[in-house]
Amino acid sequence: MWKRMGIVLLAVALLTAGMASAERLVIESWRNDDLKLWRDVIIPAFNKHYPDIQVVFAPTAPAEYNAVLDSKLQAGTAGDLITCRPFGKSFELYQKGYLVPLNDLPGMEHYTAFAKSAWSTEDGRVTYCVPMASVIHGFLYNRDLFEKYGFAPPKTEEEFFALLDAMKKKAPRLAPLVMGTKDQWESATMGWHNIGPNYYGGEAGRKAFLAGKEGFHTDGFLTTYRVLARWAPYLPRGYKAIAYPDAQQMFVQGRGFIYPAGSWDIGVFHQMNPKLRMGAFPPPAPAGASKRYISDHPDIAMGLNAASPHKEAAKKFLSWLTTKEFAELYGNALSGFFPLHNFPVQIKDPVAQTFLSWRKTHEGTFRMTYYKLSDRKPDAETDLWTASSSILNGTMKPDEAARWMECRLSSWYAPHRHFHQELGCGQ
Amino acid sequence: MEHAMKRKPFPWHLVVFLAPAVLVYTVFMIYPMVASLTFSLFQDAGNGRQVFVGLGNYVRLLTDPLWRDPFWNAFRNNLIFFAVHMTVQNPVALLLAALLVTRVRGAWIYRTVIFTPAILSAVLIGFAWKLILSPTWGIWLPLLDRLGLGDNEVAVALLGNPSSALLTLSLISVWQNVGIPMMLFLAALIRVPRELVEAAQVDGATGWRVFWNVQFPLILPTVGIVAILTFIGNFNAFDLIYATQGALAGPNFATDILGTFFFRTFFGFQLRPGDPHMGATVAGVMLLIILTGVLLYLYGWQRRVGEVQY
Amino acid sequence: MRPRWLSGLAAHAVLLGYSLLVLFPIVLVFQNSFKDQMAIFAEPLRPPTPETFSLEGYRTLFEVANFPRYFLNSLTVTVASLFLIVFLGAMAGFALAEYRFRLNTFLSLYLALGIMVPIRLGTVGLLRLMAAWHMVNTLTALVLVYTAMGLPLSIFVLSRFFAQLPPDFKDAARVDGASEYRVFWMVLPLVRPALGTVAAISMIPIWNDLWFPLILAPSDRTKTIVLGAQVFLGQFLNDWQAVLAALSLAMIPAVLLYLVFSKQLIRGLTAGAVK
Repeated sequence: MWKRMGIVLLAVALLTAGMASAERLVIESWRNDDLKLWRDVIIPAFNKHYPDIQVVFAPTAPAEYNAVLDSKLQAGTAGDLITCRPFGKSFELYQKGYLVPLNDLPGMEHYTAFAKSAWSTEDGRVTYCVPMASVIHGFLYNRDLFEKYGFAPPKTEEEFFALLDAMKKKAPRLAPLVMGTKDQWESATMGWHNIGPNYYGGEAGRKAFLAGKEGFHTDGFLTTYRVLARWAPYLPRGYKAIAYPDAQQMFVQGRGFIYPAGSWDIGVFHQMNPKLRMGAFPPPAPAGASKRYISDHPDIAMGLNAASPHKEAAKKFLSWLTTKEFAELYGNALSGFFPLHNFPVQIKDPVAQTFLSWRKTHEGTFRMTYYKLSDRKPDAETDLWTASSSILNGTMKPDEAARWMECRLSSWYAPHRHFHQELGCGQ
Repeated sequence: MEHAMKRKPFPWHLVVFLAPAVLVYTVFMIYPMVASLTFSLFQDAGNGRQVFVGLGNYVRLLTDPLWRDPFWNAFRNNLIFFAVHMTVQNPVALLLAALLVTRVRGAWIYRTVIFTPAILSAVLIGFAWKLILSPTWGIWLPLLDRLGLGDNEVAVALLGNPSSALLTLSLISVWQNVGIPMMLFLAALIRVPRELVEAAQVDGATGWRVFWNVQFPLILPTVGIVAILTFIGNFNAFDLIYATQGALAGPNFATDILGTFFFRTFFGFQLRPGDPHMGATVAGVMLLIILTGVLLYLYGWQRRVGEVQY
Repeated sequence: MRPRWLSGLAAHAVLLGYSLLVLFPIVLVFQNSFKDQMAIFAEPLRPPTPETFSLEGYRTLFEVANFPRYFLNSLTVTVASLFLIVFLGAMAGFALAEYRFRLNTFLSLYLALGIMVPIRLGTVGLLRLMAAWHMVNTLTALVLVYTAMGLPLSIFVLSRFFAQLPPDFKDAARVDGASEYRVFWMVLPLVRPALGTVAAISMIPIWNDLWFPLILAPSDRTKTIVLGAQVFLGQFLNDWQAVLAALSLAMIPAVLLYLVFSKQLIRGLTAGAVK
C-alpha cells in the first residue's frame, strides 16, 4: 500500500518536474473569439514539433486590449508574445522598445513587402511583427432570399442602388442593407473603407492624399462620403440603435438581403447559422471606372516582447508562424482571415475563395486612415467613425463631414497644411 | 516632575484604530494615484524624455479647442447625468424607503428585490437593457407599435439618437442604483423614535404630514450623505456607459462623461495610443471638481444640519 | 383620515410595480440563457419551451472555463476584502467620530480623497508595486487593492453613524473604567445597520470588477467569475447563449451573497428600531 503510494508520489513529482523544465510562453491577444482554436488546434500542432515549449493563449476582450497591454508592458508583466495591431499602435510599441526587431527571424522571407509594411518602420528597414493575416472588404448576400426574389448580385454602382430600390419595393419587411450605426466603427469600416478605394483610386489615391495633393474634401474622397450617405434609406428600421452583433444576428436569421462585410464575418456566420447560404460580391464599380479596387487590409501579426525571459523559445514559435503548415491551419480554421505568406495557400471555404479571387481582378489597398493619419490627435480613423455614422444618422451632411475631417487632420498633418487655410478652418 | 506626570498619556488607541486603515489606504490607493497624477505636470519631449511643464497641461485642457470642447461636452453631460440622479433617483429612493418603513407586509422581499440590480455588474445591466431597447429584438419595436409610437424616430432608437441616449442611460443608471440611497434612507428612518411618529399620528396628522414634519427633518443628515455620495459616484461613473456605448460614448460623444473621457485619454483607443499626461490632467480636474463638492458639503451643509441629535 | 388599509394598498401597489420593473430585465436574461440561439432572438419574451430549451450556453461555459474555480476566487476575494473594509473602516470611523484631535479634519479629508479620482488612474503604479513585491497573479493583490478602494466610503459612512450615537452610553462605560477598545466593542453592535449597508454597498464594485482582475490577476488560477464570463464577449462573434449563461451564473452568487448580508442587515435594522 505504502509502496504503491510512493510510486504515485514519485510519478507526480516527476511530472511536475517535467512541467517545470518546459518553457512556458504566454500570448497576449485581443482575439478571444479564437480561444478554442488556439487551444485545440494551433498550439497542439506547434507542440508536435516542439513538445518542450508550453504555449498559453491568454486573450483580453478586444475593447480593453490596448489599455491592458500598455499597463502590463509598462509594469513588466506582459506575456512573451504580443499580438500586433497594424500600423501606428504597434509602431509606438516598437519605438518605446517593447517589441524586438525580427528581421533575422528564419522565415521572414516568406512575406512580401506589402504584407510587412503594416509592421515595419517607414523606411522598411526594421520589421517588428510576423504578419499573420489580412482581411478583405466586400458584400455578403443571402442566396436563398436572392433566389426567392429573383435578384442577381450587382456589378456597378447604378445596379447596386437599383437593386436596393427593387428590394424595398418587393420585400418591404426585409432590410435591403443589414448594418447599424450604433457601434460607429462599422459605418467607417464596412461602409467608407469598403467602397472608398473604387472612388479615390486605391494606392495611387492614398499616396496622393499622403503627399497633400488630395484631401478628404476633394474628388474621390468626397464622393465616397456622398455615396455612403445614399445607404441610409436602405438600412434596417431603428438602425441607429443597432449594434454590430445585432446586425450579424439579423443577417444570419434571414431578415435582410445584403450585408456590408469584412471577410472575417464569413467564419462567424458559418458558426452562427451553419444552414445559411451566402454569396459575395465586391464593391460595385462607379460609372465609367476602368480599374477596380478592394480594401485588402493587413490586420493581425505577432511580435516578441523585449522583456520576455524566453526569447529563444518565442522565436521558435514565431518562426513556425511563417510556415505553410500554420498558414493553412489558420487560414482554413478562420475563414476570412487570409494568410499573408508569399506562397499559395489552399483556402477551402467557397465564400472565402470568392473574396480571395478578387485579388486577381482588383488592385488591393489598405484602409487609408491607418497609416500616419492616425498617429496624432485628432486621429483620422476615429474621426471617420464619427463622420461616417453621423452621415448615415443624418446628423451630418456628407460635404460637411468631409470638410470637418479635413480641418481636423490639416490642423496637425503637415503635408495638408495648405488645406487648412483654403478651407478656412477654425473660423 | 509632577507636571510631567499630569501630561496626558500618548493616545495609543488612536494609532491602533487608525493605523491599519491609513496604511493600507496610503500604500494601495494614494501612492499609485499620486504617482500617476504627477504625470499631469509633465509632457513627452520625444525620445522617451519628459519635461516639466507646470500647469501647462491644465491650461491646454481648458483652452485648446481640441481638448476644451470634448472636456466641456463631457462635463455638461456629467451634470445632466447627476441632475437626473438627484431629481429622479433620490426622491424615488426616499419614497420607497418611506413606504418600507411603514412596515408593510413583505417589506424585506421588496427591499431585496429593489436592491438587486445594484448588486449586478454594469456589463449585465447594460447587456439586458441593450437587448430590451434593441430594434432587432422582439421587445421594443412591438411595444412601440402597440403604443402607436412605431414611427417615432427617437423612440425607435433610444440609445442611438443624440437627443435621447444620455437621458436613457441616466435612467438605466437610476434603475440600477436606486437601492443604495433607499437603504441609507431606510437605515436612518428606522432609527427615528416610534413614539414621535405615533404622537403625531394621535394628533391627527396624515402620513404625508407626519413624514415631512417629523421624519424628514430628523433624517436630514442622511439626505446630505446621499446627495454627496451621489455626486461623487456620478462624477466618477464609467462602467455603465462604457458597457452600453463603448469607449467612444456615442452617438457622436452624446453620452461622454468625465469617466469615459478620462479612460479614452489615458489609455488610448483602438488605433490611438494613450496619453498618460493629458489623461492624468483630466483626472486631476475630476479630483478638483469632486473635492469642491465635498468641501461644500462639509462646510456648507453638514455644519448646518449635522448637529441634529436624536 | 383615510382608512389604513387603503394607504397600505397604495404602498403595495407602488412597491410591487417598482419591483416588477426591477425584475423584468433580470428575468429576461435568466430565461433566455436556457434557450437556443434562434429562439433568443425570435421570441425573447417567451419562456423556454421543450422545443427551444437548450443548455448549450452552459455547456460551452464549462467546456472552456473552470467556473467552479473562478467562483471560489471571486468569493474569497470578496469576503476577505469586505471583512477588512468593514472592520478597519469601523475602527477608523469610530476614532474619527469619537475623538477630537489635531489631525482629525485633515485625516477625514485625506481618507476621502481616494474616491474622488477614477480608480483606474493608479493602474500602472499598482501593477508596478505588485510586480516588485511578486504579488501579480495572487488573490492577495486583489484583496489589498479592494480594501484600499472600499475604505474611504466605509470610513465616511461609518464615522457619520458613530457620530450620531448618544454619548451617555459611552460615558457611562468609561466611568465604569472600560478601555477605549472596550467602548468600541460595545458601540459596534449599535451601528449594525450601517455595517450591513456598508458591506452590501462595498460588495458591489468588488464582485463585479473586471479591471483589476484583468490587470493584476489574469491567470487562469486566479481568474474571477466576471473576468471568466468576459471571454464570451468576442471581437466579431458574440456567443449569446454563452454570454447569457455566463451572466446568469455571475448573477446568482452575487444575489445569494447579498442575501446573507441582508439577513445581517435585517437583524441590525430591527435591533435599531427596538432600541
